[in-house]
Amino acid sequence: MSVQQKLTALMSQRILILDGAMGTMIQRRKLEEEDYRGERFADWESPLKGMNDLLVLTQPDIIASIHKEYLAAGADIIETNNFNATASDLVRYGLQDYAYEINVAAAKLAKQCAQEFSTEDKPRFVAGVLGPNQKTASVSVDVNDPGARAITFDELVEDYSLATRGLIEGGADIILIETVFDTLNAKAAVFAVKTVFDEDGVELPIMISGTITDASGRTLTGQVTEAFYNSLRHAKPLTIGLNCALGPDDLRQYVAEMSRVSEMGTSAHPNAGLPNELGEYDLSPDDMADHIAEWADSGFLNIVGGCCGSSPEHIKAIADCVADKQPRTL
Amino acid sequence: MRLSGLEPFNISEETLFVNVGERTNVTGSAKFKKLIKEEDYEAALEVARQQVEAGAQIIDVNMDEGLIDAEKVMVTFLNLMASEPDISRIPVMIDSSKWEVIEAGLKCLQGKGIVNSISLKEGEEKFIEQAKLVQRYGAAVIVMAFDEVGQADTKERKVEICTRAYNILTQQLDFPPEDIIFDPNIFAIATGIDEHNNYAVDFIEATREIKRTLPHAKVSGGVSNVSFSFRGNNPVREAIHSVFLYYAIQAGMDMGIVNAGQLAIYEDLPKELRDKVEAVVLNTSDSATEDLLAIAENYRGDGKKVDNTQDLEWRSWDVNKRLAHALVKGITEFIEEDTEEARLNADKPLHVIEGPLMDGMNIVGDLFGSGKMFLPQVVKSARVMKKAVAHLMPYIEEEKEEGDTNGRILMATVKGDVHDIGKNIVGVVLQCNNFEVVDLGVMVAAEQILKEAQANKCDIIGLSGLITPSLDEMVHVAKEMERQGINMPLMVGGATTSKVHTALKIEPNLKADQVVHVADASRAVGVAQNLLSEDNKAEFVVKLQDEYERIRVERAKHGKVHRTLEIGEARANKVDIDWSQHSPEKPQFLGLKNFDDYDLAKLVERVDWTPFFSAWELAGRYPRILDDEVVGEEAKKLFADGQAMLAQIIDENWLEARGVIGFFPANSVGDDIEVYADDSRAEVVHTLHHLRQQDKKKNTQPNYCLSDYIAPKDSGVADYIGGFAVTTGHKIEAKIAEFEADNDDYQSIMLKVLADRLAEAFAEHMHERVRKEFWAYETNETLTNEELIKEKYRGIRPAPGYPACPDHTEKATLWQMLEPEQNAGMTITESFAMLPTAAVSGWYFSHPESRYFPVTRIQQDQVIDYAERKGLDMLTVERWLASILGYDT
Repeated sequence: MSVQQKLTALMSQRILILDGAMGTMIQRRKLEEEDYRGERFADWESPLKGMNDLLVLTQPDIIASIHKEYLAAGADIIETNNFNATASDLVRYGLQDYAYEINVAAAKLAKQCAQEFSTEDKPRFVAGVLGPNQKTASVSVDVNDPGARAITFDELVEDYSLATRGLIEGGADIILIETVFDTLNAKAAVFAVKTVFDEDGVELPIMISGTITDASGRTLTGQVTEAFYNSLRHAKPLTIGLNCALGPDDLRQYVAEMSRVSEMGTSAHPNAGLPNELGEYDLSPDDMADHIAEWADSGFLNIVGGCCGSSPEHIKAIADCVADKQPRTL
Repeated sequence: MRLSGLEPFNISEETLFVNVGERTNVTGSAKFKKLIKEEDYEAALEVARQQVEAGAQIIDVNMDEGLIDAEKVMVTFLNLMASEPDISRIPVMIDSSKWEVIEAGLKCLQGKGIVNSISLKEGEEKFIEQAKLVQRYGAAVIVMAFDEVGQADTKERKVEICTRAYNILTQQLDFPPEDIIFDPNIFAIATGIDEHNNYAVDFIEATREIKRTLPHAKVSGGVSNVSFSFRGNNPVREAIHSVFLYYAIQAGMDMGIVNAGQLAIYEDLPKELRDKVEAVVLNTSDSATEDLLAIAENYRGDGKKVDNTQDLEWRSWDVNKRLAHALVKGITEFIEEDTEEARLNADKPLHVIEGPLMDGMNIVGDLFGSGKMFLPQVVKSARVMKKAVAHLMPYIEEEKEEGDTNGRILMATVKGDVHDIGKNIVGVVLQCNNFEVVDLGVMVAAEQILKEAQANKCDIIGLSGLITPSLDEMVHVAKEMERQGINMPLMVGGATTSKVHTALKIEPNLKADQVVHVADASRAVGVAQNLLSEDNKAEFVVKLQDEYERIRVERAKHGKVHRTLEIGEARANKVDIDWSQHSPEKPQFLGLKNFDDYDLAKLVERVDWTPFFSAWELAGRYPRILDDEVVGEEAKKLFADGQAMLAQIIDENWLEARGVIGFFPANSVGDDIEVYADDSRAEVVHTLHHLRQQDKKKNTQPNYCLSDYIAPKDSGVADYIGGFAVTTGHKIEAKIAEFEADNDDYQSIMLKVLADRLAEAFAEHMHERVRKEFWAYETNETLTNEELIKEKYRGIRPAPGYPACPDHTEKATLWQMLEPEQNAGMTITESFAMLPTAAVSGWYFSHPESRYFPVTRIQQDQVIDYAERKGLDMLTVERWLASILGYDT
């Protein structure tokens, strides 16, 4: 049975659980510059602190322990730790030549952890992440030239193709195009993934998750939920949904809208509330689970997890509260 | 079919005929072609915008023209469109006969668009390859009825090719059938060639068959082709389109490329014309073409675009409602005829003002008060009101009536200050709320203000000022009111005014009545109403007095805790520059250089637009503000108006830019800078006096003083300082007078705001030339405008009166050095405000470490020293530095 078939079968039985925040968990470890560098990058010319993706090479044990905490909390799907690992993003740290290696390592690491926890009854999956890329293909970077762009579609396709090949090489089960704030970037990712599938003769399920930036109900590049859906429907993803930027209370209406229009599965991984004045997310696991339980009762969900600010405690609370709830019918 | 721009656009069986806008097509529109060739993208975008406004649901973009680099231009135009949310909200149809152009376009669309078109013309292999890519890019596709043999003209050929393409797409590929649109070729009819007579029927019948046999597929076509033989006769062409669509849509045609603004309604066509057109379209008579030709001339019009009738629906409302509508929407077009109609209906002309016009303005006031309208709209509403009132005035004067107002307010910019944008805005807002405004203009002395206030029986005095010396002048006015026992409330406002200054310096000097600091124009009405309300005034005043008292108490406490250094200690902590490591570059010339009638067009790219919006009280950074949820729409309109006027300013030479710059040998001596007659540095011709920060720093920061950036005399290093004075305000008065005569505050304020922006841009532009060309210490600088706005370059241009050198009187020395009266036609007032108002002046410092910093809270020991250096008495110096003194005088 292919992964696609397995997941489809599972999704018809229950709501699947995605893991929670990686960045938040790394932050808790209070890592310093030398931790990020490890031995291998001890002499790197630019500061590396904050380059979380590099940790799959320099601190694999820390990343593995976070993956395992989420698996123990009940996550069916864990996300690889490579949110910014495309060459054009890594170039800020001078790490562009390590893009492929980081993607391979991130997928391998997650895969090992998933396999440790995987059982016949509860198989675990690795979603190989394609992040949004900091540079966007449809927003101007020059106030005097609204036509200017920081990155082109072709450059994005090249970057995403390399990352996709790395994720497949490392053993990812799913490709997750997430935190999409510029749909054109996501379309480039879809183009890259489909082309790689075609050329390399593989095919993995695709998940897509967009980000509604604020109360305007639009992505950063101005699309409303249904326009976003229409723009990416051609990817024929396993699920399409929303994540990040908003807490569950503010995100609810857009998840409801996505659930209404989507002809595929629906996913959601909201933030644990909004950052308070100290930049911390303070929605408790139980409070978050209350929201998610209500979404499940409303029939919005096929896959659910957490984004910024969420922790294994949140994921456990969410997993517990949706365990006996019906998934959205496909 | 699910399409999208910023919004979704779903086409189902129930969807009515979909209009695809055709004007952004270089092959179909000579005007658009010209704009694209001339790279006038702004106007080209306007064409797109009009299409959307006229009801296009999808916008077709075609750049196929021999002399245009279609691929490049397609990308440029689509990227520009993406930045216009009111255009990019609808899906795009990328129209080209070249696959490379289509593919380049697909890489620019975040939404789901349509490719127009692919076909079997070059065989199945190419067709499949392109269809696959279309699918991967996530677009729908138009397939033309064209195969290896040629373009299909008969019904049978059309159906045959479309069926073959459909089967390839859905069977060999997994192309979603709902994303397939067939274009079975609309050809011109009534050409005089008999074989062409059945073309419309062939299309209509092929459409019927395709829709019946190929599930989910759609049918589209370029409608204007059908009437090609009647080009030049738009009424007949539109009639043909209308009749053709009437039957094609019945047969199942889903969408068409049409001029969305110009579709005649089938039922509205004159019967004679409709019958003849019908015979041609449906090919029901051999003589149909000749019959239509025979009457066509009778219907020839100028083909002028008919105004969108929906937009003009309000013209059918009753006159009072029309007046209210015009006021709320700011439409001046019909205001005089409507006002006249209302006057004829009214018993007295004054009733028109007190009735419908005030009702309309009350709506405006309410909307503004509740944040549903913004300042630029209110100013436009006021323009409508003024025009209406101007129309009524002669009749009112004839009847010697006097209206009821909420009160009469005197407005003036105080002596020594020339800035009046804020004052004018407040005046307009007050007038909108039925206050009568007596505006005395700028540079008005206290005596005149008080005399006019009494003579006009004003209820409130409003003072405005932008530069710091104006604060002192406001205190003076308050003292004079007190002395003369004039009990009227006083409102103060303007960039440097503050609640703190009002509480500390003005209120204690005015007991006869209340002074209020008004933070922005939107608060002026509330304050004025409270001050003049018999019921509310007492409570309002008590609250204000409590608030000001609290500020004074806090300030008294706060002032003491501030840690300061003695001036000697502060100087010991000066900016530490190793002058042995830096040899200052010598400017390309010493002395002065004038710039007359400088090309304004060169300044446009340096305009910083964010302050443009804040001048209109729209908060937010450009360009984000254009998409702001709350003010975005108004910001966009304002920006468009601003851009349009800017173009006029330049094209019609409304303003004249002049300036002067100079470079001089200089060295620092303590906190002063000596300026020498020549590079021998023997004769000191000017001494510039600077002030030093005296705060005790918590970190390792120095106590900054501008003189630190010039090499000390005893270092033996030859250093230089520059100065500049630039203006873009010459000739503005004539244009302002023109607008004011036309009661057009909107344009008048707009021009002043733009002139200010251009002056800043001129200063920025000149600074760039100085860095690269005249002082030439940074010949390789390449920075974007954003970086320029963030001042990422080397060197600074601080202005006397601003934070790093807060003493306005130093401008007198700058004026001696540059002689801007002769060299640029710029003068200064006794408060050192510059005339023309749109002007910037300051110093140039070149040291790589030089930066901006604020000098505040200076102490008495420095002021004593400074007075001595300047040769002035303590009291005079303290008056000029009042706003930065860190002690009580």
